Amino acid sequence: MVSRPNIHVKSKVAVVGAGITLFRRRMLETPRELAWEAAKQALDSAGLTIRDIDCVVIGSAPDAFDGVHMKGEYLADGSGGLFKPTVRVYVGGGTGVFVPIAAWWHVASGLCRTVLAVAEEKMSPARPHPQGVFAYIWDPVLERPLGPNLLWIFALEMRRYMHKCNASKETIALVSVKNKRNALDHPAAQAAANITVEDVLNSEVLVWPVNRLDVSPVSDGAAALVLASENEARRITDSPVWIEGVGWTLDNTHWYNRELGYPRYVQYAARMAYKMAAIERPWRDIDFAEPYDPFDYKELHHIEGLMLARPCEAPKLLEEGWFDRSGELPTSPSGGLLGVGNPIAAAGLMKAAELFWQLRYEAGARQVKKPVHRGVAQAWGDLMQAGTVVVMGN
Amino acid sequence: MPDGGKKLPGTYLSDKDLRALPGLVEHTPEAKYMFSAGQAQSRFLQGLREGRILGVRCPRCGRVYVPPRSYCEYCFAPTGEWVEVSGEGEVHTAVVSYISTFRERMEKPEIIAVVRLYAPGYSGKGDEYEFPGMFHKLCGVSEEDVMTGRVIGMKVRPRWRPPEERIGSVTDLECFEPVKS
Ligand SMILES: [Zn+2]
Repeated sequence: MVSRPNIHVKSKVAVVGAGITLFRRRMLETPRELAWEAAKQALDSAGLTIRDIDCVVIGSAPDAFDGVHMKGEYLADGSGGLFKPTVRVYVGGGTGVFVPIAAWWHVASGLCRTVLAVAEEKMSPARPHPQGVFAYIWDPVLERPLGPNLLWIFALEMRRYMHKCNASKETIALVSVKNKRNALDHPAAQAAANITVEDVLNSEVLVWPVNRLDVSPVSDGAAALVLASENEARRITDSPVWIEGVGWTLDNTHWYNRELGYPRYVQYAARMAYKMAAIERPWRDIDFAEPYDPFDYKELHHIEGLMLARPCEAPKLLEEGWFDRSGELPTSPSGGLLGVGNPIAAAGLMKAAELFWQLRYEAGARQVKKPVHRGVAQAWGDLMQAGTVVVMGN
Repeated sequence: MPDGGKKLPGTYLSDKDLRALPGLVEHTPEAKYMFSAGQAQSRFLQGLREGRILGVRCPRCGRVYVPPRSYCEYCFAPTGEWVEVSGEGEVHTAVVSYISTFRERMEKPEIIAVVRLYAPGYSGKGDEYEFPGMFHKLCGVSEEDVMTGRVIGMKVRPRWRPPEERIGSVTDLECFEPVKS
């Protein structure tokens, strides 16, 4: 007997359309133009117009990237949100997967029949480098006086993971190699490449153990999904992709007061989503995954947080090709943030969109080899504290 | 979709293209802030000025918080009971930074660490996941010590700035350094 969560839904929720722009280092389009391009494409793919949409959910990460405050309001027209119940959500890097979660509850609650979910980020305007904008996420009293760089926290976490799991930089670099290679088949991709482990190890050392090619690039871009209630979805398409479970949690901002080798907050979010989806053995019941990979070690860290591998087991499975597109449990078949790019909120939504395309067998050259019934996408954010998870099935 | 058949929207610009655009706007936000450290951290910073590391203990669950919070996040109760820790601890993780906050290359790399502090009477209830700890710089160790992993688990203690230079900031603690045995 599967235990059911105490969550009452008025309707099942399906994804019925998806859209995406190019992901690039620098783009001509304004943030709202990028949002419009992705939103329009998502509507077109579902055969809908903006008049068919009841509610709009917008996701975008720190205002400081685009350099415009009230980004939700700013993006509202390009996202089709005028004169509709419209909301912007934000949980740092976790935002992209939080967008379909928020859109889900709009429909599951019975409040809206159709939702347009749009995520946008334009990181390139910040000068001299968007890294500087991250200075404002640190605690003003305890952390900023030390002159931190955002990469410090990732490097600290990666170093801890390497120590705890006895994982080498060489093994971890295989994630970057895999994802950049997968991205060669993604039309939006910014950082697709055929590279080797040596290329990663020989790239510029930023904060040891993090080299340049261990990290995803700075990107501009947008992505969008259309969600619908069960009745609407069946009218719109013969092949809806169902949202079977959602989960999200926040830990505190005191990241130096906890074990950095394992993301507890991701595990809690995953448990919530799996419970809703009646999944008891995720490592067996999930066919493929889009774990969040802004850094190569993060994919392994998150695979373990998602309980798709035991703690410290992911590096070994990676070496064995377990996570390749032709492997037992393909991860980041899209090419991930390392390969497709990392316009923060849009990158997370790109991962959710990949579940949609894979589960409809529409991913073309990216389609994973095995038959797929169920996939999980996950994002992570803030000061090692936000976990967002969505499970979809066909 | 997107299997490469159709060109996606979006127009890439090189930095040169961008600079040649009509109507390019440059803007530097001007904002200055004065942050109060709050109830718990103000006392913590006062402690640092005196060369002491202070924490608080939750009377309900026994968790020791360093840096201190005025409430227990788990019990949602006021903390209140102040404890002084020795400042000794062990390195949880450490890295070598070659770049500044704004990603400029630094002349001299810095070693950054998370230190798990020894807190007498700390009751973690067997949950090793959480611990009293600080994020700071590490001195007296080499880049190689970090890369080989020698520093992880290393016993360290605070190196304080001279009392007349302390201002009530986390930088009153210059760095953590190895405890020579
Ligand atoms: Zn407590």
